[in-house]
Amino acid sequence: MPAPAPNSGDAALAGGRAWVFGDNVDTDALAPGLYMKGPIGALARHCLEALDPRFAREARPGDVVVAGRNFGMGSSREQAAMALKALGIAAVVAKSFARIFYRNSMNLALPALVCPEAGSIMPGDRLVVRAGEGAVANLTQRKRLACEPIPPHLLAMIADGGLLPHLAKKLRAAEA
Amino acid sequence: MSTVPVGMPLTLAEKLVAKAAGRASVRPGEIVIAKVDLAMIHDSGGPRRVEPMLKELGVGIWDPARVVLVSDHFTPAVDAESAAILDLTRKFARARGVDAFYDMQGICHVVLPERGHLSPGMFVAGGDSHSTTGGAFGAFMIGIGATEMAGVLATGEIWVRVPATIRIEWTGRLGRGLAAKDIMLFLCGRLGMDSANYMAVEYDGEAVRALPMSERMVLANMAAELGAKAGLVAPDQITIDYVAAAGARVGADWRRWHSDPEAGYHIAHRFDAGALAPQVAAPHSPENAADVSAHGEVAIDQAYIGACTGAKLSDLHMAAEVLAGRKVARSVRLLVAPASARTTQAAAADGTLATLTDAGAVLLPSGCGACAGYGAGVLAENEVCISATARNFKGRMGHASARVYLASPFTVAASAVAGRIVDPRPMLAERDARRC
Repeated sequence: MPAPAPNSGDAALAGGRAWVFGDNVDTDALAPGLYMKGPIGALARHCLEALDPRFAREARPGDVVVAGRNFGMGSSREQAAMALKALGIAAVVAKSFARIFYRNSMNLALPALVCPEAGSIMPGDRLVVRAGEGAVANLTQRKRLACEPIPPHLLAMIADGGLLPHLAKKLRAAEA
Repeated sequence: MSTVPVGMPLTLAEKLVAKAAGRASVRPGEIVIAKVDLAMIHDSGGPRRVEPMLKELGVGIWDPARVVLVSDHFTPAVDAESAAILDLTRKFARARGVDAFYDMQGICHVVLPERGHLSPGMFVAGGDSHSTTGGAFGAFMIGIGATEMAGVLATGEIWVRVPATIRIEWTGRLGRGLAAKDIMLFLCGRLGMDSANYMAVEYDGEAVRALPMSERMVLANMAAELGAKAGLVAPDQITIDYVAAAGARVGADWRRWHSDPEAGYHIAHRFDAGALAPQVAAPHSPENAADVSAHGEVAIDQAYIGACTGAKLSDLHMAAEVLAGRKVARSVRLLVAPASARTTQAAAADGTLATLTDAGAVLLPSGCGACAGYGAGVLAENEVCISATARNFKGRMGHASARVYLASPFTVAASAVAGRIVDPRPMLAERDARRC
């Protein structure tokens, strides 16, 4: 697994760094069964360690996980998305997502963007993810990558902070 | 009951989603709101996750009679943390009025049909990725995560995108020593782990129709390994006999739950079951499947017969056929974790357990166990295991350097005897010859 390149040194660049993974990243790699009993903070320290032991140690808030096809395949364990969120990951950009991970991620307001050109992103690239527009700006490569638009009902949910706050709002509205 | 207009051919998946959405018909790609007939949760993704969310929302379960709770992931408790999770799960069942609570009775996907909770035509949300298993019974059963489940428990509804359907027909009959697991490993290898992403898979054909429910459950279960939202087998008399015997109510309209002849499929595959050889999937993905002979001499440390897809009564019977009168190799430990309490009872009553233990198998408690790295039987650094389970992702069954091969219970048992991965058919032929 290639590690992110060192900072390009361009201080003007903002946005999170890209952590690039391949196809079929599975939920056992994202949330290893061995640590599923414990609290999410402890589990998150082992997130993706089977693929890149540096990821959980070095990922910083705002960083972006980039992957190939079928990201999050396997278990329904929501901890797969929670662990990324706990590490401060701002979004996941992949060529495609396994369906349960996709829903879990959106439900937790961790935007999951389907980006056919995700393969052009290099480790360490500075990215700004614009979920509402369905686009990723690659500041390092000075390129805008189009993503599949997120359905409106999911955008509304993300705007509310995820499924739970979204439901709470709807329940309050129903009572009023 | 909604009816389907004449001239509007639908797949089984479309009919099931349309019914749940209160619609006459639906089209692939549409997003609809489905009413849930049943919600299934377990000790890992269930109460410990959803209870705080229900509290936060300040709501109860929309209909506790439509919820089934199964403790299977952390059973039996091995430390204070797992004991606390199981304790919390029991308290949730009492406090939230969930009467259908199965505590250490086996793995949810096996317990649900066994105890009569599934029947054709239902729409079921399960808090586990292998919830697709319910599709063997003609129910549309999808796997979801914990927050999503909290939403289902609060409202009784869920949004779904109507899936396109992949039809997979298996002609002919499986040969001696072949099982539904071989079919699914072959499909993982041939089609790939995301070949059915967001879609429904429907299995049909002579070979599928000849399978008992326990084997059809493997087809539906491992549709998850193809990425499918649902894995379906249209109900027939075999389905109805099982469902009725389990005590579930069978709707008078059960015959409508099949795809219409002119229904549109995303793609249709046809394979010959008679030509299939035993399959083995190499580390670290089910899609690394190939004929058993393609893997060469692979020495093993452990053989594991367990999990929802690999330790039902029919799976134990397969292992026993190979192991009768044989011994597990000295260099190998064979671990058997029957899929449910009823599986254990039936296997004890018919002598299967004795055959397994005489051969040197070690019995483990029923539960998800080593399959997902939660329970007894996990692997040490660089160990090699052949397993009748559904997944062999890196690090799933213990140490990240451990290597897990997937195969049918026949192949797992034969490999346990040989001490290396082998084709089970010669051992079965020898046994069949002795019996003649």
